Amino acid sequence: MHERHFAFLDESSKKEIRRAVLKAVAIPGYQVPFASRELPIARGWGTGGLQITLSLVGKDDIIKVIDQGSDESVNAVSLRNLIQETTDVASTIHTTEATLIQTRHRVPEQPLKEGQILILQVPLPEPLRNVEPSEYKTKKLHAEADYSGAWLKLFEDIMCYGQAATGADHPVFVNDRYVMAPTPIPRFDNPKLDHNPALMLFGAGREKKIYAVPPYTKVVSLAFDDYPFQRERFVGKKCRLTGLENVYLDELIDEATGEVYYQTNDSSYLLEFLNRDEGAGTV
Amino acid sequence: MSEQQKPILILKDFNKTFGKGCAHCDGKPENRRQGYCPKCRTVYACQDISLSLYQGEIVGIVGESGSGKSTLMQALYFDSEATSGEYFLEAYHSGEENLFLSSSQQQKWVRNMLLGMVYQNPMMGLKMNFSAQSNIAEKMIAAGNRQVHSMVERGDTLLEQVHIPLIRRKDSPSHFSGGMQQRVQIAKALANEPPILLLDEVTTGLDLSVQADVLELIQKIQRERKNSILLVSHDLSVVRMLADRTIVMLNGRIIEEGLTDQVLEDPQHPYTQQLVYSLL
Repeated sequence: MHERHFAFLDESSKKEIRRAVLKAVAIPGYQVPFASRELPIARGWGTGGLQITLSLVGKDDIIKVIDQGSDESVNAVSLRNLIQETTDVASTIHTTEATLIQTRHRVPEQPLKEGQILILQVPLPEPLRNVEPSEYKTKKLHAEADYSGAWLKLFEDIMCYGQAATGADHPVFVNDRYVMAPTPIPRFDNPKLDHNPALMLFGAGREKKIYAVPPYTKVVSLAFDDYPFQRERFVGKKCRLTGLENVYLDELIDEATGEVYYQTNDSSYLLEFLNRDEGAGTV
Repeated sequence: MSEQQKPILILKDFNKTFGKGCAHCDGKPENRRQGYCPKCRTVYACQDISLSLYQGEIVGIVGESGSGKSTLMQALYFDSEATSGEYFLEAYHSGEENLFLSSSQQQKWVRNMLLGMVYQNPMMGLKMNFSAQSNIAEKMIAAGNRQVHSMVERGDTLLEQVHIPLIRRKDSPSHFSGGMQQRVQIAKALANEPPILLLDEVTTGLDLSVQADVLELIQKIQRERKNSILLVSHDLSVVRMLADRTIVMLNGRIIEEGLTDQVLEDPQHPYTQQLVYSLL
């Protein structure tokens, strides 16, 4: 029989993490501290997300793991293997089939639906950290809803670069109460957090924090009145393989010709699109 | 007699102690030696300080290092909590609510809207790695402004007033000279046009010509805007130049107060006499 626990962690650890998740869901955007466990991978490599996944996964779940949009990168494959080896659950690359989706730095292009859980890996959970180094003080600022620091950072960007320069991790205001770091997802994905039918959980293993955006929660990206929030724009660019325009594109360089081309970042979405005619009905 | 003017700031019996106190020193000022208890080492930084500030008035606070001047200023700006005392501002609920007992959110509002602070050390008052413009905007953002253009415009006006060339508005104060940093602090303090300015040793550490510059600037601003100013300094000439009234502090207590000329020309307390006569 199995020498180890189902889903690697012992039951009391999973219970503690689930309690933190419940509290996070009850207070959208609030960072709940939890006792981050040791795992066979180093902290900072997705341990926060992994602990949430491991503590929530059940035998009937179907998991999907993506790393910056790709199901096939080394990190995604390794994490998926670890989860499967310790649970024997099924996995998929299709967003619509998955019940638990662990992701690093992207929200899938395929819209999520009710009942699905999106688990994001978080490197830096504190949106005020770059203006206030002290955790004691940032906790107080959250308590008092004093977010001038986050606004100040945006103002400074506009001063220096003429626009909001947050490449990723553009802060959002959750449920009209907490300012939250959406993890380094591109600004392109920020609007997907707003009123999303799926539950979104955020786990920071190294920083020992869990937070959540429950289904259908109001999420607004911070922006000044006269500098509205903007997603990355790919004007006049489209995916080389699919011709898609309304997706997040990777910029690639053809090594032979030196030519710049663009390709859909979400690999499963790309595959599904390419296979749509052949395997009609499977997607 | 004409109607008496009401002070816009009233401080009553303000105390600030660092330490728990003991049976020897609690409530027994006679057992404290120079502001601290020789038994439990509790520091009585400010003891029973009462003062008032009127519209358009500059009050100077002088005293040696460690006499409690900066502790007093920090409490007035809510940087540190008062141990006991009452603090009223006419502009806040008509001066009927003791601000020391208000919630920290209310204290923040008062700090952003009614007070402007210039610290002796610019590191305390400025974000050294943010541009001068952003430093000034911080106060306006805290007051709820979400319009970049209006904040930039206001920042430009203020920077011009404190004589900082606009080509340097995007530079961070860490690249500024000490005098310029002080002037950015003054611009920041003025951002929301607060009725009261708290200036803590604004010219200390600056060379004489820059000192004169900064003092002239303060005087000009005060004349134009009719701000009330509480000015801490251990430099008597600064106080002589700016202050209408002067308060002398020693070991956490006010030992003498009156019109500046009166205090400096005819000091009553032995310490004030010593202070005045030791002027070079």
